[in-house]
Amino acid sequence: MKVLVPVKRVIDYNVKVRVKPDQTGVDLANVKMSMNPFCEIAVEEAVRLKEKGAATEIVAVSIGPQQAQETIRTALAMGADRGILIQTDDDLEPLAVAKLLKAVVAEEAPELVLMGKQAIDGDNNATGQMMAALLGWPQATFASKVEIADGKATVTREIDGGLQTLEVALPAIVTADLRLNEPRYASLPNIMKAKKKPIDVKSTGDYGVDVAPRLKVLKVTEPPKRAGGIKVESAEQLVGKLKEAGVL
Amino acid sequence: MAVLVVAEHDNASVKDATNKTITAALALSSDVDVLVAGLGAGAAAAAAAGIAGVRKVLHAEGAAFEQGVAEAVEGLVVPLMATYDAVLFAATATGKNAAPRIAAALDVSPISEIQEVVNATTFVRPIYAGNALETIETSDAKKVITVRTTAFAAAGAGGSASVETVTAGAPSAHVTFKGAEIVKSDRPELAGAKRVVSGGRAMGSADEFHNVIEPLADKLGAAVGASRAAVDAGYAPNDYQVGQTGKVVAPELYVAVGISGAIQHLAGMKDSKVIVAINKDADAPIFAIADYGLVADYKSAVPELMGELAKAGL
Repeated sequence: MKVLVPVKRVIDYNVKVRVKPDQTGVDLANVKMSMNPFCEIAVEEAVRLKEKGAATEIVAVSIGPQQAQETIRTALAMGADRGILIQTDDDLEPLAVAKLLKAVVAEEAPELVLMGKQAIDGDNNATGQMMAALLGWPQATFASKVEIADGKATVTREIDGGLQTLEVALPAIVTADLRLNEPRYASLPNIMKAKKKPIDVKSTGDYGVDVAPRLKVLKVTEPPKRAGGIKVESAEQLVGKLKEAGVL
Repeated sequence: MAVLVVAEHDNASVKDATNKTITAALALSSDVDVLVAGLGAGAAAAAAAGIAGVRKVLHAEGAAFEQGVAEAVEGLVVPLMATYDAVLFAATATGKNAAPRIAAALDVSPISEIQEVVNATTFVRPIYAGNALETIETSDAKKVITVRTTAFAAAGAGGSASVETVTAGAPSAHVTFKGAEIVKSDRPELAGAKRVVSGGRAMGSADEFHNVIEPLADKLGAAVGASRAAVDAGYAPNDYQVGQTGKVVAPELYVAVGISGAIQHLAGMKDSKVIVAINKDADAPIFAIADYGLVADYKSAVPELMGELAKAGL
């Protein structure tokens, strides 16, 4: 079984995000970039499927600037076999990303697409579901457990109030939630090996799909700041303050 | 323009998240219809018809709807969109699962988690875990939107809409529902609770979390939350997680116990009306946004707080 894992290069999740003074976006200059944490979980799950013998090949695909090659290398160092970079400096919307990934699926014919449930920059939580619709494939989002057998994926999903288990026929899209696994750190030998793994560089034009934006960002602003309050000395004083504030 | 709101419900009643989504929908248009799709959901449909501002309720029946299967919701909603200009979902696990699928089927860029309706084509939504807000304008003729429910007031009672039955197509053969484990709890639902008590990594164990956080929550009639660190460490289940990657809450009272206040947690609770932080580290970032900070070890502070709350008649 071939597994396709889309990965995204985003601001590292520990970096404090700063809005540009001209309100055109957030400042990405000289900021640490990393693989989106949910994408890392998806790569890890694919590698585990390969280690268990359920997957035979893992292809990591990224859509982004030239530096997204580093993100693909990270996936290769974790255990992916090869990479595809669709190079673009445009910030594509999930609809465009889903269309490009659909075209990659047409070329690669994976039986499973494993991807993060959302990227922590745009926070859209949309691309996996959109790809599934465009492909006419079943989806199992927010996965906390994935089992592959007999041409089916049995997926435990995180839903409001608990868990749900769905069985989806392959090919299918599975999006990873936080509890699916804890991604490994790549070992030095694997990082060295990853440098020799192939990355195919493409452009968005190679796929002949419409990637024009539908949404126009009018401005990006800082959220209103919350003023800090006071320190109380005791539980007794705290309860008094909460009564005054009318929340008890 | 006509707007469709896809309701969340338990077949008997409509969830508060839907009342809030209706408020967002009414900011777009006065022609707001509500779709109630479920199994034996007649009572929920009748409840939706009683919400103020609702023009009409569409009621569809099918087992796959009760299970929130996105493929089924897509199959039902996409044909209905011939007569609607926008469809809104609450940005819950169920709404987020289905909405983008419908957007792709309609060749539309979805607009996720709006927190403000500027006008019929312009919306404000949080990005980077709420560390920035983007104002975006859509050029799509039809709009597919999920709504951050904490940002909108709930539409009240007082409606008398008619209920119309719509017929659903055959369910997808590619998806089989195998089961669900819904945690039964007498506590309020985290996302919509008026009070929330959350525990962090300082708890040190699942037992400690259970023994400290839950009684305090019950004393306050609060929902239980947790930081990602506490969830990662296995002290609390994932659906307790408050933060960027978990639930976003905005209760009247948020009590953070042994939570340092990582950016990712603050993103999920900073819009709470009153924030209380109990932490023994006086420099913890949580104190920078807390209205009332108590620098103390939770091991002594929580029992004292329980005692004071009891004295106050709680």
